[in-house]
Amino acid sequence: MSALTDLTVAAALDGLARGDFTSRELTEAHLEAMAAARGLNAYITETPEQALVMADESDARRRKGTAGALEGIPVAIKDLFCTAGVLTTAGSHILDGFKPPYESTVTANMWRAGAVMLGKTNMDEFAMGSSNLTSHHGAVVNPWRRRGDDTALVPGGSSGGSAASVAARIAMAATGTDTGGSIRQPASFCGVVGLKPTYGRCSRWGIVAFASSLDQAGPFARTVEDVAIVLGAMAGHDSKDSTSADVPLPDFRAATRTSVRGMKIGIPKEYRIAGMPAEIEKLWQRGRDWLKSAGAEIVDISLQHTKYALPTYYIIAPAEASSNLARYDGVRFGLRVEGKSLNDMYELTRAAGFGAEVKRRVLIGTYVLSAGYYDAYYLKAQKLRALIARDFTEAFDRVDAILTPTAPNAAFATDARMDDPVQMYLNDVFTVTVNLAGLPGLSVPAGLSAEGLPLGLQVIGRPFDEVSVLRVGQAIEHAAGFDMRPGGA
Amino acid sequence: MTIDRKTVAHIATLARIRLSPEEADSLTRELDGILHWVEQLGEVATDGVEPMAGVGNMTLPRRDDVVTDGGYPDRILENAPEPAAGFFAVPKVVE
Repeated sequence: MSALTDLTVAAALDGLARGDFTSRELTEAHLEAMAAARGLNAYITETPEQALVMADESDARRRKGTAGALEGIPVAIKDLFCTAGVLTTAGSHILDGFKPPYESTVTANMWRAGAVMLGKTNMDEFAMGSSNLTSHHGAVVNPWRRRGDDTALVPGGSSGGSAASVAARIAMAATGTDTGGSIRQPASFCGVVGLKPTYGRCSRWGIVAFASSLDQAGPFARTVEDVAIVLGAMAGHDSKDSTSADVPLPDFRAATRTSVRGMKIGIPKEYRIAGMPAEIEKLWQRGRDWLKSAGAEIVDISLQHTKYALPTYYIIAPAEASSNLARYDGVRFGLRVEGKSLNDMYELTRAAGFGAEVKRRVLIGTYVLSAGYYDAYYLKAQKLRALIARDFTEAFDRVDAILTPTAPNAAFATDARMDDPVQMYLNDVFTVTVNLAGLPGLSVPAGLSAEGLPLGLQVIGRPFDEVSVLRVGQAIEHAAGFDMRPGGA
Repeated sequence: MTIDRKTVAHIATLARIRLSPEEADSLTRELDGILHWVEQLGEVATDGVEPMAGVGNMTLPRRDDVVTDGGYPDRILENAPEPAAGFFAVPKVVE
């Protein structure tokens, strides 16, 4: 038998059901691997004692015959999800020492399904970043290296710790959140599968808010089927989130066993951007060929406002963030820096507690919402958002799913220059459109770059049609036969 | 449209973030760059387009106007930097 940490979620569930091993053994194997991989800095907080208690409880449930959908599976949780009694930092200094007295709905759903928490994963501060370089707790190192080159690379972001932990086999699956690409881009960079569900599919209650009209939680795992299993345990209606959709949950796992024959797959010409590396263009072409061979019909489509998605996003997301982050004021939780007056205390606390990228976005957001600029920036961006969403609605009259690259490049070095924020924002050029329109988007590893780094393809679907997205994802996974793993894992 | 140091200082006050002079200088440069970049949205005619604030045609659900949670001040105050006699304490506001 191969190492327990190499198993997929599906295989581990089978092994647990057969009694080949216990959740305690599976959990212990992961805790050992975590201890040996601390150099990656993938976890902010490890919770080994809690993990073993949860594993024993899971084994007891299984003995009683009451196993849930994720019974006994050790998972990592992005440090943006509030976990009762366990440090929750959002990657920020300003949440120092914050131990929520409550549990997020998504994680509560997962524990009810039997999952075991290994720890809380590192991330860009308040999920603002595409590299994990903005975390107060230090950068995460991607377990992948370029061929013959030991330069440390970023795992992508913002859910970089989650993606790296799944790639490095120090978690079987992990949660992430995706506001502009924060699940899909790190999944592409780390060679794992990542799904951003439809807006409203997973409850946002108990997740530290970044941009509330865009934020959505989703799973990372090493196969499309595993992602489907984990999504089934995370999702569902929650009356505590007024934007949580009261719609039935389909059998996501069954979707991964359905062929794409007869499906219409759209290829948006606007995603062929200037300066895109030839190997990404080639990978995209290969994806089209694979789906065609699997019986799908390829249709050229146009999403004409695509080029305006990034600037639209960089007005809307900071505007919402500036409002959401107003709560960090040194009064009720986290860091407090004393001042002579209340205003002094606010300003000093926020100056010390927020990192450079967070300050930049809060200030941009404050500016675009301020009197005299609201119409020119914020309202204009909301109108562009409507046009971008309409492009998708029209495209989905003609196709069942859309295929694009996930990111315009592979993982880059951790010492990459950060002095031009707009350059960093370009990482999300193919992913932000999906958040603006509230659609489901999946990144599947599809091949390696010339330098030996993983590259992902993105599948976009209609609202609440994760089933089609998973079907197409499974077909790509099957054709790509991606079984490469990072050298460091 | 360009953003100057005075405007950056003003929005930093609105956002309650104290900036060092060096931070104010670099943020003026960065914010100016970002705002120039987003101005390309002006190319698109949007007259008559309904602004989109959120996804879908969600109508906010209603519930009965009853208390469904609460009654545990100790838990609420658990993470407070300075709890005092069941309250959050802050520096004196009124002289």
